[in-house]
Amino acid sequence: MKITVGGEVKEYKDGLTVTELIEAEQVQEAEYVTVALNEDFVPRDEFETKQLKEGDTVEFLYFMGGGRA
Amino acid sequence: MFSNEQLERYSRHIILKEVGVKGQKKLLEGKVLIIGAGGLGAPVAMYLAAAGVGTIGIVDADEVDLSNLQRQVIHTTSDVGKAKVQSAKETMEAINPDVKVITYREFVDSTNILDLIKDYDFIIDGTDNFPTKFLINDACVMAKKPFSHAGIIRFRGQLMTYVPGQGPCYRCVFKNPPPKDAVPTCKQAGVIGAMGGVIGSLQAMEAVKYLIGKGDLLTGKLLTYDALKMEFHTVKLPQHVKDCPICGENPTITELIDYEQAECDMK
Repeated sequence: MKITVGGEVKEYKDGLTVTELIEAEQVQEAEYVTVALNEDFVPRDEFETKQLKEGDTVEFLYFMGGGRA
Repeated sequence: MFSNEQLERYSRHIILKEVGVKGQKKLLEGKVLIIGAGGLGAPVAMYLAAAGVGTIGIVDADEVDLSNLQRQVIHTTSDVGKAKVQSAKETMEAINPDVKVITYREFVDSTNILDLIKDYDFIIDGTDNFPTKFLINDACVMAKKPFSHAGIIRFRGQLMTYVPGQGPCYRCVFKNPPPKDAVPTCKQAGVIGAMGGVIGSLQAMEAVKYLIGKGDLLTGKLLTYDALKMEFHTVKLPQHVKDCPICGENPTITELIDYEQAECDMK
C-alpha cells in the first residue's frame, strides 16, 4: 500500500501498525512523539493496534525546546 | 499623524497595500510580549522594533554569556555579563527610538505570568524549556491571548500560532511536558546559529500579520523546517481536540502548573 509519511509517498506492507511504522521510520525519541493520522491524533495506547490503510497521511510531531539558553 | 521621519522610516511598509498608513498605525499601537531574549527572542525583538511595534515587553532573568553570541544576534561581545533584557533593550532602542521597550528581569512562573501577559496583544514564546512552554500555553489559553510557539534544536525548527477559538493549542498537540532530560535542549544537543534567525523571523512575521490583521496565520498548522534537507513542511493539525485538558470541552487544568525544570535549564 502507499501511504504519505511526512509529506513523502512511501510503500509499506498492508496492515502496518503505527508502532511498526515508527520503527520502520526510525523515529527519534519515539516514546514522546505525537502521531497525526489524516488530521487526527492517534492516542498513544492505540499505536500498537492502529492499522494503516492505502492513502493514509501520517505525520510525526516532535517536542522541540531550544531558543533561549 | 505620522511625522516626516516616521513616513520615511516606515515607507517600505506604508507602500505595501496590506500595510499602508492604517497598518503601520496598528503596528505603532501594538503591544507584543517576548518571553526569552535568546536565539528566538533576539530576531523577534529586532524585527518588531524595526517594524515600529509601539510597545514591546521582553522577559528574561539571565545575563549574556559568551556562548550565547553564536546565535543571539541582539547581544554583542561587549554585552557579556549584562542582563539580557537590558542588552536587548539597548539594541532595540538603537534600531528604533519610536519603540517603548519594557523589560522584566525575571523567570516566568505560575505566580507572575498572567500579570505579565495581561496588557499585551500578542505573546512570543522564545523559551528553551518545556515547563515554560506549557506554562505560556496554559496562561494564554486561560487569558485568551494569542501567541506564537516555536522550538529549535540542532538543524531543525518548528512553530505554530494559537489564537483563541481558532484552532488547537500547544497542549492539544503535545499533551504534557516530556520527563526531565528525556528530550534534549539546545544546550545539551546544540543548535545551528541561523536557526533562531529563520524561526524567530517567522514568529515576528506572525506577530506583524496578527497586529495588522492580514493574511493567514499558522493556526491549526505546525510549520517544520529541516535545514539539512532544506525543507519546510506544514502539518495540518486537528482543528478541535475535544479532550484537551486546557482548551477542550471539559478542561481538567484549572490552575497554572510549574513543572520541574531540567537542572541545566535553570542556569
